[in-house]
Amino acid sequence: MFTNRLFNILVPLISVFLGLLAGAIIMLAFGYNPINGYQALWNGAFGSGYFFGETIRQVTPYILTGLAVAFAFRSGLFNIGAEGQVIVGWVAAVWVGSSFEAPMIIHLPLAVLAAAFAGALWGFLPGLLKATKGVHEVIITIMLNYIALHVSNYMIRHVLSDGGDSSDPIANSASLASDWLMQITEYSRMHYGILIALFAAFIMWFILEKTTAGYEFRAVGFNPDASKYAGMNVKKNIITSMIISGAFAGLAGAMEGLGTFGYMPSHSAFTNLGFDGIAVALLGGNTGLGIVISAFLFGALKVGALNMPTTAGVPSELVEIVIALIIFFVASSYIIRWALLRLRKEEK
Amino acid sequence: MKKNHLFLVFSMLFAAVLLLAACGTSDENANEQEDAGASDEGTTEGTNDFSVAMVTDVGGVDDKSFNQSSWEGLKAFGAENGLEKGAGYDYAQSEQDADFMPNLNRLVKQDYNLIFGVGYKLADALGKVAKQNPDTNFAIIDSAVEGDNVASLTFAEHQGSFLVGVAAAMKSETGKIGFIGGEESDLIKKFEAGYRAGAKSVNPDIEVEVDYAESFAAPDKGKAIAANMYNSDVDVIYHSSGATGNGVFAQAKDIKNGDPDANVWVIGVDRDQYDEGAIGDMNVTLTSMLKRVDVAVQTVAQQALDGEFPGGETLTFGLKQDGVGVAKTNEEAYTEEIGAAVEEWKQKILDGEVTVPKTIDELETYLDEL
Repeated sequence: MFTNRLFNILVPLISVFLGLLAGAIIMLAFGYNPINGYQALWNGAFGSGYFFGETIRQVTPYILTGLAVAFAFRSGLFNIGAEGQVIVGWVAAVWVGSSFEAPMIIHLPLAVLAAAFAGALWGFLPGLLKATKGVHEVIITIMLNYIALHVSNYMIRHVLSDGGDSSDPIANSASLASDWLMQITEYSRMHYGILIALFAAFIMWFILEKTTAGYEFRAVGFNPDASKYAGMNVKKNIITSMIISGAFAGLAGAMEGLGTFGYMPSHSAFTNLGFDGIAVALLGGNTGLGIVISAFLFGALKVGALNMPTTAGVPSELVEIVIALIIFFVASSYIIRWALLRLRKEEK
Repeated sequence: MKKNHLFLVFSMLFAAVLLLAACGTSDENANEQEDAGASDEGTTEGTNDFSVAMVTDVGGVDDKSFNQSSWEGLKAFGAENGLEKGAGYDYAQSEQDADFMPNLNRLVKQDYNLIFGVGYKLADALGKVAKQNPDTNFAIIDSAVEGDNVASLTFAEHQGSFLVGVAAAMKSETGKIGFIGGEESDLIKKFEAGYRAGAKSVNPDIEVEVDYAESFAAPDKGKAIAANMYNSDVDVIYHSSGATGNGVFAQAKDIKNGDPDANVWVIGVDRDQYDEGAIGDMNVTLTSMLKRVDVAVQTVAQQALDGEFPGGETLTFGLKQDGVGVAKTNEEAYTEEIGAAVEEWKQKILDGEVTVPKTIDELETYLDEL
């Protein structure tokens, strides 16, 4: 009865529902009204033009980091390094954006491409090591995250500014921010990056589903040995896949640097954009469209949750637990899948 | 049979959607009611409908440092004026830098009269939001933001540091004391300059070792630097390095653990760090340079309530305003003799006899004149 497609849609929906339900139970257990809590969440994400704009602002990098993780995942690689790739992308975008002025038609694409290139480089290293030496990409990418974090802080203090703790602001000609978008969303920081993110989702779908290269990526993801036997160059595929994955994550950094902030503050901890991207990719079933939808959900949760402490009195720690529960159920979708399959078997 | 199960699943989802949709539509009414309730409470409390809120930086209100201190100030203000949390005063916590703007805007939309931004990291966001909302008053801590509706609250950290420098110089037996800073910036240099000036004023021959950990969140580095200093005969270290300073305390306590007679001391910063230095019956915290963010927050909130909000001004909280001070919690270590000397220098600063240097350049001129 269940077609595969229906199945793929049902599982994440049920996960989200269970997560919200479990969150409600937790809120009840601690003596808070879950209806008020979720109402505040909803209002905080969609309650006014401003909050809607802020939600879109948060969704934009989530789509790109989700795509980054998913793309690597489809070729059998686990890119934990999206976080570091975001950071180097951010640095590169701000560097290009702030160090000179040029007409927007040159400057903006250049800054965006610089971010993609930096992210790609940060993805290329683990890809190369994995392909040639068999070093596990998870370990390399985790370490590269730390390298990116601390190198970026050094760059901000000594190259991108005069010993300050945030970089110089980017020139207007490299900015993705738009007065028009700000006006219709009551001065939120929504920017044109969302178009880039949506286009990137389309690109991912196109590469994976409509090109020979994409077919090879997926084949390597399913079974590297069989792919090799079939005459595909597995090593090349691993490296290329990590490069594309890194480029997506680098673009997410550009969204922050050129769109949301317009500069780069020094970070004492990770941005979590890359790590959340893992959850986004999981929930979105590693497909372009699915990721856009799940990024939307995560963005709304993230922005809306900020509203829960001040309007519904739910402490922000509890909000984090609720969000973690939703992610937990998403990640454990295997259980839901199993339950649904049981259901299906009994019917037969 | 098959259809029944499918139907069940769909009806569950449908119910979920309905539930969410119901939340979505009824919210406006509920919100209005809440708002009405809030202002009602305000009026029945006998004051007026004045309300004040703050946005933390990523440290959060339980950071044992200036976020917590600010929140304590707001709570004290609330208690004094019969306000309650959620109705009259509240805080919004930022989980990441990107949250500053939405948090500030949310509080503006909730019609708070005065909104504090805690920490210089919020300066950029607060400046923009203040410009877009000229009818709301804002205050920024540790930074200066332009605008008629913004009050900038800064502190004379150099004055407090001068006094703990006096205490350090008097406590030291080896004639060598240390300073550990977080990130090398104008703000932390202010601490360093004051401290060195204070120490040299009491004992011109004293040696001051200075090192920077280049991070406010690296206790391991703090510990390593402190170990180095204590090994080279330094016996009092003043840290101005946030969580990095926890490593300084850890090192001093380690030494004290191995040799209870060891003469090692730490001077805390921002809040009274007496509790950090406790080890059994002993305590390695000589004193702390108090930065009374709570006093500043409470003062400005009160001024706003009285209709005298200092918009457009940069307020400096120094010794005179009780904005900085010296902790006297460790009575055993912080002897009367030291206390008397500190009071004496404090009086000199208050009388204008001594002008404490704020920068390293000023420090050099100051030392030349000694």
